[in-house]
Amino acid sequence: MSKPMERHAQSEPRPMRQQLWWIALGPSIWAVHFLACYLTAAIWCEKFASAGSANSPLWWLIGVYSVIALVGLIVVSVMSFRSFRRGDPPVSYDFDDPHERTPFLGFTAYLLSLLSIVATLFTVLVFLLVRSCD
Amino acid sequence: MDERGERLLKAWETPKGWRYWSAVNNSEVGLWYTLTAFAFFLFGGVLALVIRIQLAVPENDWLTPEQYNQVFTMHGSVMMFLFAVPILEAISILLLPQMMGARDLPFPRLSAYGFWCFLIGGVFVCGSLFFGVGPRGGWFMYPPMTTEYQTDVGPDIWLLGLSFIEVASIAAAVELIVGALKCRPPGMRLNLIPLYAWYILVVAVMILFAFPPLIAGDLLMELERALDWPFFDADRGGDPLLWQHLFWIFGHPEVYIVFLPSIALVAMIVPTFARTPMAGYGWIVLAAVGTGFLSFGLWVHHMFTTGLPGITIGIFSAASEAVAIPTGVQIFCFIATLLIGRVTKSVCLLFVLAGLATFIIGGLTGVMVAIAPFDYQAHDTYFIVGHLHYVLVGGTIFPIIAGLYYYYPFVTGKQLSERLGMITFWLMLVGFNVAFFPMHLTGLIGMPRRVYTYPSGMGFEIPNLISTAGAFVLGAGFVVLLWDLVRPKGGQPLVKRNIWNAGTLEWIAEVPDRPWGIRSIPIISTRYPLWEQDNLMSDVDDGKFYLPDAEEGLRETLVTSTVDAEPMQCLRVPGPTFLTFFAALFTGGVFIFSTYHWWVAAGVSGALSFITILIWLWTGTALIPEKDNKDVGLGLSLPIYVSGPSAVGWWAMFITMLGDMTAFVSLVFGYFFYWTVHEQFPPAEFDGREIIGPGTAWPLVSVGLGVVAWIAVIAARSSNRSDRSGWFYSMIGGSVLLAIGSAAALVWGPITAGMDPTHHAYSAAVCVLVLWTVVHLSVGVVMLVYCAARRLAGRMDARHDADIVNVTLCWHFLLLTVAVTGSVIALFPKVS
Repeated sequence: MSKPMERHAQSEPRPMRQQLWWIALGPSIWAVHFLACYLTAAIWCEKFASAGSANSPLWWLIGVYSVIALVGLIVVSVMSFRSFRRGDPPVSYDFDDPHERTPFLGFTAYLLSLLSIVATLFTVLVFLLVRSCD
Repeated sequence: MDERGERLLKAWETPKGWRYWSAVNNSEVGLWYTLTAFAFFLFGGVLALVIRIQLAVPENDWLTPEQYNQVFTMHGSVMMFLFAVPILEAISILLLPQMMGARDLPFPRLSAYGFWCFLIGGVFVCGSLFFGVGPRGGWFMYPPMTTEYQTDVGPDIWLLGLSFIEVASIAAAVELIVGALKCRPPGMRLNLIPLYAWYILVVAVMILFAFPPLIAGDLLMELERALDWPFFDADRGGDPLLWQHLFWIFGHPEVYIVFLPSIALVAMIVPTFARTPMAGYGWIVLAAVGTGFLSFGLWVHHMFTTGLPGITIGIFSAASEAVAIPTGVQIFCFIATLLIGRVTKSVCLLFVLAGLATFIIGGLTGVMVAIAPFDYQAHDTYFIVGHLHYVLVGGTIFPIIAGLYYYYPFVTGKQLSERLGMITFWLMLVGFNVAFFPMHLTGLIGMPRRVYTYPSGMGFEIPNLISTAGAFVLGAGFVVLLWDLVRPKGGQPLVKRNIWNAGTLEWIAEVPDRPWGIRSIPIISTRYPLWEQDNLMSDVDDGKFYLPDAEEGLRETLVTSTVDAEPMQCLRVPGPTFLTFFAALFTGGVFIFSTYHWWVAAGVSGALSFITILIWLWTGTALIPEKDNKDVGLGLSLPIYVSGPSAVGWWAMFITMLGDMTAFVSLVFGYFFYWTVHEQFPPAEFDGREIIGPGTAWPLVSVGLGVVAWIAVIAARSSNRSDRSGWFYSMIGGSVLLAIGSAAALVWGPITAGMDPTHHAYSAAVCVLVLWTVVHLSVGVVMLVYCAARRLAGRMDARHDADIVNVTLCWHFLLLTVAVTGSVIALFPKVS
């Protein structure tokens, strides 16, 4: 079994996602989901919710948004995870070698997608806990 | 020094005598910017002491309520708009190029223009206080107080004066984004850039999306005040809450816009004094980017008590809790770095530690007020004043003072006194906590904010007196610091080069510094090149790297690719000029004269500003070089002129238009906001008169003409590229006529229908969208005529086509503006 450093040196990270925008993808999904939930809830509460109504279409809409957002975030995080784990570097993102950028962007994208998942779940939680527009 | 060095020095020479003020180099402009922001900070600090004197004892009549309102409004506005945001721009303009081994930022004249705008606008806004006409609506300027009840000139000074300064902020954002992405030294990949640059990149992008909503809000409020368009007048269908939304969509990210750059200084200081690279580089980037995003999901937590639906409050409360995660991550990284390193003691590091501790306290009370039921109790009490000062002083002021101690030798070649520094530190730390901690208690026992005095017997006396005493101790700390800064240091020897033994590139600067920034632009392969790259300093000094010479006597720097920092262009940057000063002066005139409704003077000033900016562009941008390529050293030859997405100008246009589009989206948001809050929007009639819309036909005709104009612009670009002059001029002519037609059709709809913008918020919302779009189309027309003139004058040809390429990029955004405006006012909600 070769040492992690050697494996890192020998590995050839896939040149995927060299674009800077990749790291913004996770937070952007959070942002779109957040805005969609806020606007839908605001319009629903102003225009359609009457006293005592169960608000059920609202919960369905939020459910659909949330499933789409979470699936998207999980895909981004898995892809980012694969990108930075490629070649099993021990702490690849702290090396200064020529191939290191992809693990770095992948690692940062991975962390950001995890943060976005947490933040998205926070938003979903509100709809589970707060059941009315009052 | 060899001949090459002499030439380089000559090219970058700072102008002498009175011409010194024509300098545009980042080291001069950055220094002026920093000093000006610091002067405004001292002014704001004096105002704070005036507030504390007034509140020291109950039923004090030292200030009248009117004076007090002006003083606290100016304290908040000065600290936020004239210190916190400008100081980040100032420090970045001063330091960022040095950290990245660039000779200058890509648009030095834009920085200079931004600085002069800031200075003129700041003096104008502050000056109002001495004439007793200062704004007194709080730094948040809530209507209807500022529209119906304060009909004096104060709110106009705030709206127009600060809008003018926001222009400077957006200019700096453009400069810093392009600088951080395109002006790095070869080899400095994204994973190697100094953490400071990461933070600044995030903050600059945040400015781009946070400031335009405020500019849009300012526009709406000024239209209401000057022309009676009822955007915020609830009697005529307007809604004061729209202002609160627009203000806080700016205002909450603003808190992070001032916090992140200061914490960026911490990220530079901590590794130096811990003598080890920063632990968790990737985690800090996560924190910076994550905070940047999440901070846009918090604005409604300033509006918890306005009667919004429970779900809305919940969403924003949750996001306000979530933002604590990335904010905490970076603090753990700093603590970890200090733990694993061998820490050396210094005043600078003490301020860092004080900043972190203070910020953590402020952050924890922030988590408390993010919980809505607690906020209902604490809202508008002194608890909030305590909270926000812990956040801002801990997160911004203490790190900036740490930065001051750290970078003072870099700028002046002299060191600040460690002995005086210790006195400063303890005075400030003790004074700050004595002043602001009791405010949490005064707030919890019920003292409201923004009151000019309070009755005795309610338990407010003692904590207020303690706060006042603390404020003066804090003030004494600043006096000692000020003395240390300005005391004569002639007898003091110059510091040695890289005094702190830091690892980042800015410390390669010579002592005393030379105007060229760096002798030759090195190849970077590590995060801490001065620690980890052998002989870097001597190789740079010997001119062994890129651009060690200025054969043509021109100022040049390298442009590299965004992710990998591969050299792409030898960029010629412009030298000293007074044009930027005059451009700022005349632009300022438009805003200042408009405040007093001196429309003729404002018009003349506007025309002069327009002409000055045209001269600036004509003589200083997209110049055709004498040769295509230049040998930049180490056997590398790079193009001097590039256009399209690899050119810095293209990026600047793209970024500017993103900001512009954000302001436009804010206006459209306002239109739909009215729709959500009204039972029926627009109502069939109001105030006995039928509500009239612009009709469907003319707005859609405008969209159609806009689309054809846009196609003609694209055709003009390609006919220029294929060198078909006739086609080019006809396409430009055609697009100009079509654009004018599009604007005319857009105006024609409301005019023929007889719309009156003062009738109802709906009418005003339609008219402001039309106004915005017509102004943009006019700018688009000017740009097209400019391109035709450039080609006619031989300043643009088939290969050197940056002007028309950038104008086409702008036109993509213009098309979007016309299309959205036309279809929104024509089709949604449909009114005929």
